[in-house]
Amino acid sequence: MSKRTFRVWRGDNAGGDFRTYEVEVDPGMVVLDVLHRIQANEANDLALRWNCKAGKCGSCSMEINGKPKLSCMTRMNIFGPDETITVQPLKTFPVIKDLVTDVSCNYAQNKRIPKFKPRAKEADGTHRMYQEDVDRVQEFRKCIECYLCQDTCHVLRDRDRKDAFVGPRFMIRLASLEMHPLDDDDRIPEIRKEFGSGLCNITRCCTEVCPEHINITDNGIIPLKERVVDRYFDPLAIVGRKLFGIRRRT
Amino acid sequence: MTLDASELQTIEHDVLVIGAGGAGLRAAIECSAQQLSTGVISKSLLGKAHTVMAEGGMAAAMGNVDARDNWKVHFRDTMRGGKFLNVWRMAELHAKQAPERVRELEEWGAVFDRTKDGLISQRNFGGHRYPRLAHVGDRTGLELIRSLQDHGVHQGISFHMECTALELLKDGDRIAGVLAYWRETGRFVVFKTKAVILATGGGGKAWKITSNSWEYTGDGLAIAYEAGAELMDMEFTQFHPTGMVWPPSVRGTLVTEGVRGDGGVLKNSKGERFMFNYIPEKFAAETANSIEEAERWLNGDKNARRPPELLTRDEVARSITAEIKAGRGSPHGGVFLDIASRRPADFIKRKLPSMYHQFKELAEVDITAEPMEVGPTLHYFMGGVRVDADSQMSTVPGLFAAGECAAGLHGANRLGGNSLSDLIVFGKLSGTGAAAYVRGLSATPKVQNDQVLAGVRRATDILRRESGTNPYLLHDKLTETMQSNVGIVRVKDELEKALEDLAVLKKEAETMKAPGASQYNPGWHEALSMQSLLVTSEVVTRAALLREESRGAHTRNDFPGEREEWLQYNVIIKKGASGMEVEKRKRPDPPPKLKEIAYAKIEDLESGKVGGDHE
Repeated sequence: MSKRTFRVWRGDNAGGDFRTYEVEVDPGMVVLDVLHRIQANEANDLALRWNCKAGKCGSCSMEINGKPKLSCMTRMNIFGPDETITVQPLKTFPVIKDLVTDVSCNYAQNKRIPKFKPRAKEADGTHRMYQEDVDRVQEFRKCIECYLCQDTCHVLRDRDRKDAFVGPRFMIRLASLEMHPLDDDDRIPEIRKEFGSGLCNITRCCTEVCPEHINITDNGIIPLKERVVDRYFDPLAIVGRKLFGIRRRT
Repeated sequence: MTLDASELQTIEHDVLVIGAGGAGLRAAIECSAQQLSTGVISKSLLGKAHTVMAEGGMAAAMGNVDARDNWKVHFRDTMRGGKFLNVWRMAELHAKQAPERVRELEEWGAVFDRTKDGLISQRNFGGHRYPRLAHVGDRTGLELIRSLQDHGVHQGISFHMECTALELLKDGDRIAGVLAYWRETGRFVVFKTKAVILATGGGGKAWKITSNSWEYTGDGLAIAYEAGAELMDMEFTQFHPTGMVWPPSVRGTLVTEGVRGDGGVLKNSKGERFMFNYIPEKFAAETANSIEEAERWLNGDKNARRPPELLTRDEVARSITAEIKAGRGSPHGGVFLDIASRRPADFIKRKLPSMYHQFKELAEVDITAEPMEVGPTLHYFMGGVRVDADSQMSTVPGLFAAGECAAGLHGANRLGGNSLSDLIVFGKLSGTGAAAYVRGLSATPKVQNDQVLAGVRRATDILRRESGTNPYLLHDKLTETMQSNVGIVRVKDELEKALEDLAVLKKEAETMKAPGASQYNPGWHEALSMQSLLVTSEVVTRAALLREESRGAHTRNDFPGEREEWLQYNVIIKKGASGMEVEKRKRPDPPPKLKEIAYAKIEDLESGKVGGDHE
C-alpha cells in the first residue's frame, strides 16, 4: 500500500476546477479502482461512467495525465512512484458533471449511416462467407465505442467540425459496412459529402489511442478515401464514363 | 415541499422495455415490428449493457460443424444441465427457435466466425454434446449487442438512455406505466404505457466476488416483486467456475468457458487434471475417463467422449472449490487454467483475443506462455420473474419479462451459451406476447397520481435527510454477508444468519443519506439501487433456505444430493400482506413426448428410435 496524489476535475457545464485527493493504493489497482475509492470514502457524488471493468464496454473513457484512456485498463504501476495523476473529462464533448460528458452527438451520427443491406441468401437459405473475407470487417467490429478516437481527432477536437466530419469511429463503422461481403449498398457518395472523408488528414492519432488496437487509419479510413478518389477523381474513369456512358451514383 | 404529479414530465408509449441488453433490444425490435409505439430505457448508454461481457457464444443447433446436432439434442442437454427443473415448454421453444434467431442476426449485419465451407462456425462448450456455439472469437456479446443496436436505431424505437426505473405503476391489477428518473438531471419522468417488458438481468452485485457490473442490482426483480409478480427458482444462482482471482481489483472478472472449449485444462497445485476425480455418475457415460481419451477428443476423434473440464458449470465450480479447500489451490486462492501448453500462441490469440488482452493488461500474465489462476465467481441468476412460456407474461397483467430476469429456461443450472440464445428467442417472444396483450386491451389503464408521488417522495428523502448511512458502506456490508453466508455451498445456520443481517441492513437503509444535488449523483443512484439489492438478496436467501436438497447451482451442505421429492416442486416467492410469502409449489407434469426425449439414451435419440416422430 502507498499513498498517491490524484487531481480530479470536479464541476459541470458552468465551470469547475481540479480537486486533490490523497488515496491509499493497493497492488494491482487501475485508475478506475482509485476513483471508486475516492467516491466511496470522500466524494459520494463524484460522477463517472463505467460498466464492465475489463476493457470490453468502452464506458470509462477519460483523459489521464493528458492522454485519452480507458480508466479500467490503466494500471497504477505505469506511473512513477511520486507522480501526481491528473484526471479530467474528454475534452471534445460538453461536460455534464465531473468526468461525465455528453456523447449524444455520436449516437446522432450513427443513426445517419445508411443501414446494412444484405444481398439475397443462397438457395439453401444460408449466407456463405469465408473467414479470410470477413477478417477485415471483424477487425472493425471489435470497436467498443469508447470514443477515445473521436476525442483525439484534430478535426473534432481542435477545429470543432462535428458538422462536417463524422469522425474516426464512424469512418470505421462505414468501412465495416462497405467492406462487408454481404452488403449491397453504396455509401461512397455520402462518405465523400455528408460524412466528410476529405477532412481527415491522416495523422493517425486515432489509431494510437484505440484500446482495441484497430488499425483505424490504414485499414479503414485510407481505403475509404481511395474509393472516393477512384470514383470521383480518377481521370481514366472520368474519360471512360464520358466515352462509354457508364453511369455511377454521384 | 408540495408535489404535483401533473408537473412531472410524462412520455407515452404502447410498450416500455426496461433494459437495453440483448433481450431488451430484441424485444423492442419485435414490438416495433408489430406496429407498437415502443420505448426503451437503460441505466447506461446504449450498447454498454452487460451483454457486451458475454464472451463464448450463443447456442443453436444448426449442425454446421457436426451434422448430428438437432433441436432435440440441444433440448436434452439443456434439461440435463438444468437437472430437469427447467420449464419444459421454454426449453423446447428455445432449442427449436435459436437457429432461426441466429441466422436473423446475420441478416442484420452480424459477422460470425466461419467454417471452412463459409457457414457460421460453432464451438464446443460445457454440457453441449456437439460444437454448438455461434461465436466471434471471445467477444460474441459485443457482436450481438452491436448488431441489434445498429438494426434497432432504424426501426422507429425511442431510446431513453441513462434513465432508471424506480417503480411499476398500476391501475388496479394492470400495468399502467413506470416511474423513472434521468440520471443526468435527477428529474423524474412518468412513462404511461399499456405494457412493460422487463429485461433487467440479475442481481450479482449483492456478492463480493462477481462477474457482474454495477448495473446488476436486481431492479427488475425487485420492482416486479413490489408490483405483486411471482418470482421463481431464485435459490439457483450460478457461480461461474472461472473468474480471475488476482489482482484483487479484478477478482471475479469473467474468464470465458471458451478457454476450456478450445482445449484448456484445469490443474491443481500438484499439476493434476483434477476434474477426472469429480465426474458425477449421471454424466459418466458421456465423459472421457482418461487423459488419453480426452486428448483424442481434442484431436477430433468423434468416437472419443468429452473431457471432464467441459462438465456443466455447477459441477466444475464445486470441484474447484473442493480442490482449494483440500489445500491444492494456486498461490492466490484459485486453481490453474492452462491453455498455453495445449495450443500454439497464434491459435490462442486468434480464438481468445480478449482473454489474452485482459490477462496481459490487468494481471501481467501471458496466457500463451503460462497458466491463468481462476476461481468461482457469481455470474448469473437462473431464477427470476415467473412467466408464461409462450407469451412471457408474468402473473401481473401487462408485465412481461425476458432474458436473465425471467425464470424457467435454465432450471437449476444454465449451460454456457444458452444465455445469449435465451435473449434473442425470448426477447422476440415477449415482444409478440406484449403486442397481443396490447391489442386485446379495451381501455388504456390510468396512472394513479398518489402512487407516483409516494415513489418520488421515497427517492428524494435520501437527498433531503440531514445525515445518515453512507450507501457505499451499506453495500459493502451486504456483499460481505451474501458472500460468506449465501455462497456456493450453503447451510441452514448461515442462511439464517444472512436473514438476520439483512433485517439489520434494511433498517439501516431507511436512513441512507446521499450528499450533493440530484444531478448525476452516483451516491444517490447507489442508495436507490440498494433498495433493489436488499429485496433481491432476501428473496434468494429465503428460497435457498426452503429448498432442502442439493441440485444444480444450489448446494446445501446439510442436505447433500438431489432429492426425488424436490424435483416435483418450485420455490415461488411473492409479496404478501405481511412480508415475503415463500411457497413450495407443485410443478405440472411434463409433456410425455418431451419427457421421453429428455431422458432418452443419446444413441436412441440419434438413431431416431426415440423422438423420431416429434418434429
